[in-house]
Amino acid sequence: MRFRLLATAAAQLAACAGIFTACGGALAQEPIRVGAFLSVTGGAAFLGDPEQKTLELYAERVNAAGGVLGRKLQLTVYDSAGDAEKARTFAKRLIEQDKVDVLVGGSTTGETMAVVPLAEQAGVPFVSLAGAVVIIEPVKKWVFKTPHTDRMACEKIFVDMQARKLSKVALISGAGGFDKSMRGECLKVAPKYRIEVLADETYGAADTDMTAQLTKIKGTAGVQAVLNAGFGQGPAIVTRNYKQIGLALPLYQSHGVASKEFIKLAGDAAEGVRLPAAALLVADVLPDSDAQKKVVVDYKRAYEGRYKSEVSTFGGHAYDGLMLALEAVKKAGGTDKAKVRDALEGIKGYVGTGGVVNMSAQDHMGLDLTAFRMLEVRKGDWTLVK
Amino acid sequence: MSRTAPGFAQPAAHRIRGPAALALCIALLPLAFANNYYYEVAVLVGLNAITCVGLNLLVGYAGQISLGHAGFFGLGAYGSAILTARYGWPPLGALVAVTPGVAALAYLIGRPILRLKGHYLAMATLGMGVIISIVIATEDRWTGGPDGMSVPPLSVFGFTLQGERAWYWVVGGCLLLAVWLALNLIESPVGRALRALHGSEVGAEVAGIDSARAKLMVFVVSAVYASAAGSLAAHYSGFITPSKVTFFHSIELVTMVVFGGMASVFGAVAGAAVLTMLPQFLTLFKEYETVVFGAVMMGTMIFMPRGLVPSLATLFADRGPSKVPP
Repeated sequence: MRFRLLATAAAQLAACAGIFTACGGALAQEPIRVGAFLSVTGGAAFLGDPEQKTLELYAERVNAAGGVLGRKLQLTVYDSAGDAEKARTFAKRLIEQDKVDVLVGGSTTGETMAVVPLAEQAGVPFVSLAGAVVIIEPVKKWVFKTPHTDRMACEKIFVDMQARKLSKVALISGAGGFDKSMRGECLKVAPKYRIEVLADETYGAADTDMTAQLTKIKGTAGVQAVLNAGFGQGPAIVTRNYKQIGLALPLYQSHGVASKEFIKLAGDAAEGVRLPAAALLVADVLPDSDAQKKVVVDYKRAYEGRYKSEVSTFGGHAYDGLMLALEAVKKAGGTDKAKVRDALEGIKGYVGTGGVVNMSAQDHMGLDLTAFRMLEVRKGDWTLVK
Repeated sequence: MSRTAPGFAQPAAHRIRGPAALALCIALLPLAFANNYYYEVAVLVGLNAITCVGLNLLVGYAGQISLGHAGFFGLGAYGSAILTARYGWPPLGALVAVTPGVAALAYLIGRPILRLKGHYLAMATLGMGVIISIVIATEDRWTGGPDGMSVPPLSVFGFTLQGERAWYWVVGGCLLLAVWLALNLIESPVGRALRALHGSEVGAEVAGIDSARAKLMVFVVSAVYASAAGSLAAHYSGFITPSKVTFFHSIELVTMVVFGGMASVFGAVAGAAVLTMLPQFLTLFKEYETVVFGAVMMGTMIFMPRGLVPSLATLFADRGPSKVPP
């Protein structure tokens, strides 16, 4: 017994010495500091709110389980309210004042891009929770991200269209950052999948009726399917109008509307709409053989049990962000920033809510098209398209 | 004395004393700064203060309203950003080219809309701000759209200005210059004309003041302040999004002016300082942040209806012989 105790102590000392050149008792107790800046309020609150809740929930859970490497997790969250300048100021505060080991956050692309120069300059590993492809392309040394890109969504949709032998498409998109970015990416990758874009309509951020644009699409000869790149309320209105003017072509939405809220808003009109989304959304109907089944069901239970509100993929991105960061800290055996960065880049086969992550020096997101599931709305609920 | 139009016929010494005190403040503040984050907040305060000092000339002294000043800020910011990032102009050249451009635009817009008064003027400036903000958010070929665009750092003759510390001194210097110019302007005949037409436009015209010209001039000057601050802000942060061009930012700027004290140059600086720093302190309250923020605003307006600086100055003036600073 005594021998075992001694052995553990010795092993701990050795581990300790391995991590720190000078092994001080106090140093070993230093918490792992995770800093987050999220759009908890403002126009992008539907992103920031579940993200914050998720981070707080899992920081507690990790600490209750004894922390990481025996060190507690210390989470600092600031509300950047969707404002890029605020995000930058808070990120500076996190780096300079709070001396965080890892940055997680940036609910929107604008907030993320404003912080990228800071993270790069200060050399702090930064896991972004925003969608656009510009965040990781070109690859930035210290910047990683968890959500699928809009380009992947376009590709997933186009693959599905090919399978249904649809090749002539009308595009309708909103004026928001997400919408514009996705529209651009879809137009860029369409030729690769031999998809022809016959119409390219747009609507304003606060528009409440898209009948005009849809009527124009209806009048365009040869259109076989309609793709709506949109976020927030817009796509629900598009879906309703689509039904009202009697358009019968297949309608595709983006992963931007992947929440129950969309089905609620669009009502019956949502029937038959297809969209690419993360496995989290269909956690319950995933087959048990699915690699992600356990992770998404666990996360869904934990989140819904605590907050009594439905999970969204956005909270899932925050979960993946935090877990990837902690995984990297574990692999790096400490919080040395350069080592954590290298560990992040080396992560392979991590199963998260967004998909299976295989990072590399060329890919700081590590997701492929299998991360997306093609869903169809049937009887007011999501179903997997086989 | 202190309650009648402040700053009337004050001795020139006041024009020196105020900026000297501000300069001393700027010079000594870094002693209290623990790290670059403090410099960052100070730079933001400085940039907002420059905009507000200009806006205060229009709102506080001339008694006009602008709910579209974020538009001028945005034009300066995006003008500099586009010329340097897309066309490879030297940043200083872009700044020198953009500022007169914005001034000319303000002149063109100001001519028709400054004929309006009260709510109508508020509506017109609001419309102007919204149009600028929509154009910036939608013309993504140039502005990068809602996701924003990167801006190269400010470089002058091969020397690149980087880091919060260097920027602190540059912005501090610009703020001093802005304050000094504003103080001189309001004590010039033009400044007296502005205050006269604030009191009574009819009275001012009877006294021989070309009120339309005076209003237009101060509108252009305040637009130039906002534009210059915008250009600096774009180069400082290295990345801009349309969130700084929105209607809400316009309101924020007017709030800073009113909060600090209308018709007080240092009031505008104080208002900008307090309202820029407040959200940083309020993170303490977590989700109640916005509530506390609102309470602070309401409390100040109820107990100091004339704004921070004038109210405090009167308080001290009642006790001692010192006069209200301009």
